Amino acid sequence: MANGHPSFLALLFPPPALGSYRTLKMESDEPDGHSLSRRAEWCDVTPLPQDDGPNPVVPIAYKEEFRETMDYFRAIYQADERSPRAFRLTRQAIVANPGNYTVWHFRRLLLQTLNVDLYEELDFLQQIANSNSKNYQLWHHRRWVVERLGIDARAKELQLTKKILSLDAKNYHAWSHRQWVLQALGGWEDELDYCQQLLEEDIFNNSAWNQRYFVITRSPFLGGLKAMRESEVRYTVEAILAKPENESPWRYLRGLYKDNIEVWVNDPQISLVCLKVMNAKSNYVFALSMLLDLLCHGFQPSEEFRDAVDALWTSDNHPLDSDLAKAVCCILEHVDSLRASYWRWRKCKLPLAA
Amino acid sequence: MESFPSLTVTQRDQILVEQQVFNIYKAFYDMPPSSQSLMLELQRENHVEYLTNGLKHLGPSFCVLDANRPWLCYWIIHSIALMDEFLDPELEDNTIDFLSRCQDPNGGYGGGPGQMPHVATTYAAVNSLVTLGGDKALCSINREKLYTFLRRMKDPNGAFRMHDDGEIDVRACYTAISVASLLNILDDDLVQDVGNYILSCQTYEGGIAGEPGSEAHGGYTFCGLATMILINEVDRLDLSSLIDWVVFRQGVEAGFQGRTNKLVDGCYSFWQGGVFALLKRLQSTKGEQSVPMGDGEDSGAGSPQTTASSDATGAEGLNEDSSQAGSHFEQGEPHDASCPVVVENIDHNSSKRRAKVEPLFNCLALQQYILLCAQEPGGGLRDKPGKSRDHYHTCYCLSGLSVCQHSWSEDEDSPPLPSAILGSYSNLLEPIHPLYNVVLDRYQEAHEFFSRS
Repeated sequence: MANGHPSFLALLFPPPALGSYRTLKMESDEPDGHSLSRRAEWCDVTPLPQDDGPNPVVPIAYKEEFRETMDYFRAIYQADERSPRAFRLTRQAIVANPGNYTVWHFRRLLLQTLNVDLYEELDFLQQIANSNSKNYQLWHHRRWVVERLGIDARAKELQLTKKILSLDAKNYHAWSHRQWVLQALGGWEDELDYCQQLLEEDIFNNSAWNQRYFVITRSPFLGGLKAMRESEVRYTVEAILAKPENESPWRYLRGLYKDNIEVWVNDPQISLVCLKVMNAKSNYVFALSMLLDLLCHGFQPSEEFRDAVDALWTSDNHPLDSDLAKAVCCILEHVDSLRASYWRWRKCKLPLAA
Repeated sequence: MESFPSLTVTQRDQILVEQQVFNIYKAFYDMPPSSQSLMLELQRENHVEYLTNGLKHLGPSFCVLDANRPWLCYWIIHSIALMDEFLDPELEDNTIDFLSRCQDPNGGYGGGPGQMPHVATTYAAVNSLVTLGGDKALCSINREKLYTFLRRMKDPNGAFRMHDDGEIDVRACYTAISVASLLNILDDDLVQDVGNYILSCQTYEGGIAGEPGSEAHGGYTFCGLATMILINEVDRLDLSSLIDWVVFRQGVEAGFQGRTNKLVDGCYSFWQGGVFALLKRLQSTKGEQSVPMGDGEDSGAGSPQTTASSDATGAEGLNEDSSQAGSHFEQGEPHDASCPVVVENIDHNSSKRRAKVEPLFNCLALQQYILLCAQEPGGGLRDKPGKSRDHYHTCYCLSGLSVCQHSWSEDEDSPPLPSAILGSYSNLLEPIHPLYNVVLDRYQEAHEFFSRS
């Protein structure tokens, strides 16, 4: 026995780096309040201080508890000790600094070696999720765990991301995770409805629009972009007309015709929504912008478009250009003056009038 | 006008920020010119003091950045270099020594001594050392080992992982390729299929996402575009839709948002603003047939919170129709007219020259946001009024400010015209190399150094 300890202590002090532990249950691991250095469990381990050197820069004034946790972690990590106590220590280190990707990585090695119940791991992640919902390492770890659990974990993941999104409907990591779950494990059936619901709550939620695009293009139940286009155009046009200042549906509308410019240019619904918004004379920047794009791609406007554009120009001093695209650029230069430089550039780039 | 209760979360959040920002602009507008000059001053001394203090000492709450210390070095050292200040030789030496302790024997740099190497912290460490410059700093980088580390991080699909069994995303691709390029160890094996991955991350909006399918985001758009330029595959992107997306990320507050319909944040001054610096550089290297900044003959276009390795809560960040004063045409937009963007447009004589050089974004407006809204009076810069300063935002607000100031310059040798600088000319920062975000002459020294070997 190492260190000459009597053999009955072997159960309390499992020697390091044995790989033979079976399905290890997580004991509730509330710290007993004593620092690691005073706990019998750790008495055989020499903590390893950080090799900061004599004059480190960006030195952090670690609290004693933090320093100690990390000193013991370093020792365990360097020794590659795959034990239950090492596993418990990684939790402590993660709670102290959830950004320490080395600890997370080592925890994954331990999960494998110790064959820990991965559903319990999900519970652990759940406990720290709310205060760490924007932490890359946590989400990556979760993905790793769920990958190993497979389809049985799917419902829980969709539920978790939904909950996080109910608190912050644009959490980038939550959306990313949700997308990964759908692609890896399925569950697409209710996703379009979910997007719908989020958009009803907040039509300006661009993440929800992005998710909608994700669903209609990738869901195995929906037949793909072309099949969905007609109904989606109707939905999007309605959203635009309700709030023409909302950029999201405009970009979404354009996205519905990705790789299908010809169809986009010739679809009367597209030019019609631009016309309607221009005629309403309110919040028409995106309408003008889309009209400009249409014209650049060969759209042949009827007189109505010319009339609508002219109606937006109120200066008597400078008549509008006879070329409609140039005229649109001029108006945009003035009504969207923050982007005047961009509109000047667009005007420069226009093909010469026939 | 909507009745108040029916505002969505997006609208409500946006209005609150607009109110804060417009209060600042209105107060500025109403001030006498002498006070205005003061308000527009870049508080160099205060910023340098804040930064240098951080380099020497950080409080206990920074333990959440204990795996990001090379980032702290880079944010601080780069910011100081932008202001054309220098570190004490002792601090420089200490930095070089510290970063060496973060270097893994098998290549790459971790977030602190003894931590696993990580592609993003490697980027931060290398950029820090390049910024410090000199043989000692540059020689301390073990390039051979670093190359093997990058090869190990390469995923079969072409992208890069952040660390062993780490996450894959566009940031990892950028930090890996950027480092390889800077150190002159970029080869076909590293470049292979990266372009395909990034291309798959350009969204229907035109911007670039972190992973295929995710939302277009300023941080990833910068990373994706820079990477494509570095591997010489930028023409594969839909540049006109990328440009269109980015220009609309500048809002009435004059700063940039990271994503459509999200809030302005000072750090996007660089991630989004920097896109224009990248595009401008493209045009000058490719000549007439290239994309942006056209004169009439151009045929047209032939997209992070952050690149920190973790998005720390509590400390630093990672992990988105205005009435202009002086405009006399009817706006037509029912917008709050009491929110003037105070800067006047630049008046240049030759419209052809202007067309050739004029930046596509409103760089005076962005400077206005940075100087009036992002600066903390006591030193340091921040996301937006009401948020605390931090080193990350200090770095990227200042980097964005530099991009703005130099965005009219035709070439690297000519200093910017005073009309390009908001506030006094003493606000002028050093120019950066937009692909790497290091100060240009430090880049040049490193480039020469690593070309030799």
